[in-house]
Amino acid sequence: MSATQTLTPAMQRRRQAKLRRNTLYLVLIAIGLAAPFVAYPVFLMKVLCFALFACAFNLLLGFAGLLSFGHAAFLATGGYFTGIMLASYPGLTPELGILIGTFAAVVLGTLFGALAIRRQGIYFAMVTLALAQMMFFFFVQAPFTGGEDGLHGVPRGALFGLIDLNSNLNMYYFVFAVFLIGFAIIHRAVHSPYGQVLKAIRENEPRAVSLGYNVDAYKLLAFVLSAGLAGLAGATKTVVFQLASLTDAHWHMSGEVILMTLLGGVGTLFGPLVGAGLVVSLQTQLAQSPLGNWVSVILGAIFVICVLSFRSGIVGEIQKIVRKNFK
Amino acid sequence: MTMIFGVPLMVFMGQLMLGLINGAFYALLSLGLAVIFGLLKIVNFAHGAQYMLGAFAALLGLQYLGINYWVALLLVPLVVGGLGALIERFILRRIAHLDHLYGLLLTFGLALIFEGTLINFFGVSGSSYPTPAALEGGHNLGFMFLPTYRAWVLVAALGVCLATWFIIERTRLGAYLRAGTENPALMQAFGVNVPQLITLTYGFGVALAAFAGVLAAPLYPVSPTMGSSLLIVVFAVVVIGGMGSILGAILTGLGMGLIEGLTKVYYPEAANTVIFLVMVVVLMLRPAGLFGKEA
Repeated sequence: MSATQTLTPAMQRRRQAKLRRNTLYLVLIAIGLAAPFVAYPVFLMKVLCFALFACAFNLLLGFAGLLSFGHAAFLATGGYFTGIMLASYPGLTPELGILIGTFAAVVLGTLFGALAIRRQGIYFAMVTLALAQMMFFFFVQAPFTGGEDGLHGVPRGALFGLIDLNSNLNMYYFVFAVFLIGFAIIHRAVHSPYGQVLKAIRENEPRAVSLGYNVDAYKLLAFVLSAGLAGLAGATKTVVFQLASLTDAHWHMSGEVILMTLLGGVGTLFGPLVGAGLVVSLQTQLAQSPLGNWVSVILGAIFVICVLSFRSGIVGEIQKIVRKNFK
Repeated sequence: MTMIFGVPLMVFMGQLMLGLINGAFYALLSLGLAVIFGLLKIVNFAHGAQYMLGAFAALLGLQYLGINYWVALLLVPLVVGGLGALIERFILRRIAHLDHLYGLLLTFGLALIFEGTLINFFGVSGSSYPTPAALEGGHNLGFMFLPTYRAWVLVAALGVCLATWFIIERTRLGAYLRAGTENPALMQAFGVNVPQLITLTYGFGVALAAFAGVLAAPLYPVSPTMGSSLLIVVFAVVVIGGMGSILGAILTGLGMGLIEGLTKVYYPEAANTVIFLVMVVVLMLRPAGLFGKEA
């Protein structure tokens, strides 16, 4: 008890906040572990893959202030490379296939990142969009991607050669683990000194330059990290659904991930998770309803409403309310 | 027959002409983007959708109201441009004070709405718009066959581009526009109605896109997705040229069309991607763009 008495009130508050945060994480992990017994595991896996994709995107937009309009390229690259490796080499275990896909996305991210960070703001968005469209045409024309049909029948295989992933429950826990690893990487990056510098660059780039930071190196690293994690999401998605298709490379996908992040809350850790859950549920529900053809119109309308009156997103608004009333 | 690097002259000139036509559309669209960007500082992601709306308005006008091509060429830009002005007045103005990336996101949402709605009514497969009777047929120039409609598109597109350049660089209204680009607050202090100017500018940029759409209707299949893929190429053209100069936008548009046409002759596999590759090279050598100022 004597140790607590020497704490200043500020330190106590911080300690309590940390305790609250850890409790929240534990509760969420418990929910994640129990979820496949309540909901359909394939749907949950889809949500988790897109959530990881959106979290990766949010690392770039929310914490470095860079709006990439071409993240579909990394999702598709991860997916295609993993799919090709797993389909051509039957002995390859899925985790190695996923690592190869992720690595391909990292390489592509390094190239595209180095080009895109040469321009700022709106031009950055246009450059990433154009580069991603180039990748789209590459995937359409390349001899090994299956063109318009995509890759089908990618085997799920056995994790580490031991655990059979053809069982949806096993697959779910693997995807959950992948998501947690990705989330932990982002969490660590955001709360590190590196993340602080990123936020400084987001807020005032010339000032960060004048303080002596190599801004380009920081931005490039954020871009590569984000691209790699997006590739990880795409690779995992390919193993889950056993296919890789052009849908993942299309610019609509780049727009969807922006919508997920915006709807959930840009720059919040949990926003993209919430946004991905909502958008994927919405698409699944609408696909079965008479409104099935109107999905893209409805997504467009949500975009407009979000930008006009809901810019902090769901998690952002909740944080505002909590801050106002409980502090 | 005369050959140019192993390609018959007729084929070579034909592809070059196609490239030049594409280039004229790139020029018209990137010009509209540049005009809007100058004053509003937003990238109009709905530009492709508005181009598509122009083509559709011409098609539907002909089918249901019997509006002929020449009337459509005048009327459609006015109608779609008016719609653009309404969008600026009631939607874009509300986010004008925010980071300009929000403008990009909002117009992206609008593009999804326009495109999705039309897909629901007309499907993704295109319909064709008949070439106006006066412009049917073509001329054999000896070294190439020149369809009259294509020649007209080139003349009309370049004429509108140059007229736009003249308005912006040589008239009083254009002087206001350029001053507004530099310092809107000071302009307002001098008694110029800047909000009205912004509404008109956005409407004008959208009208340019709609005009391009009407011009394109007899050339390409009129489909709801005709604008979006074109727009991404136009973005690359804008990155290559930079949005600082009007003539720069026109020249870059035409030049990129020609390069695309040449690629189609000699290495067709890369025809889709060559403009993006040029963009990559420009980003490496001259990041601000060919006609851009270092920001």
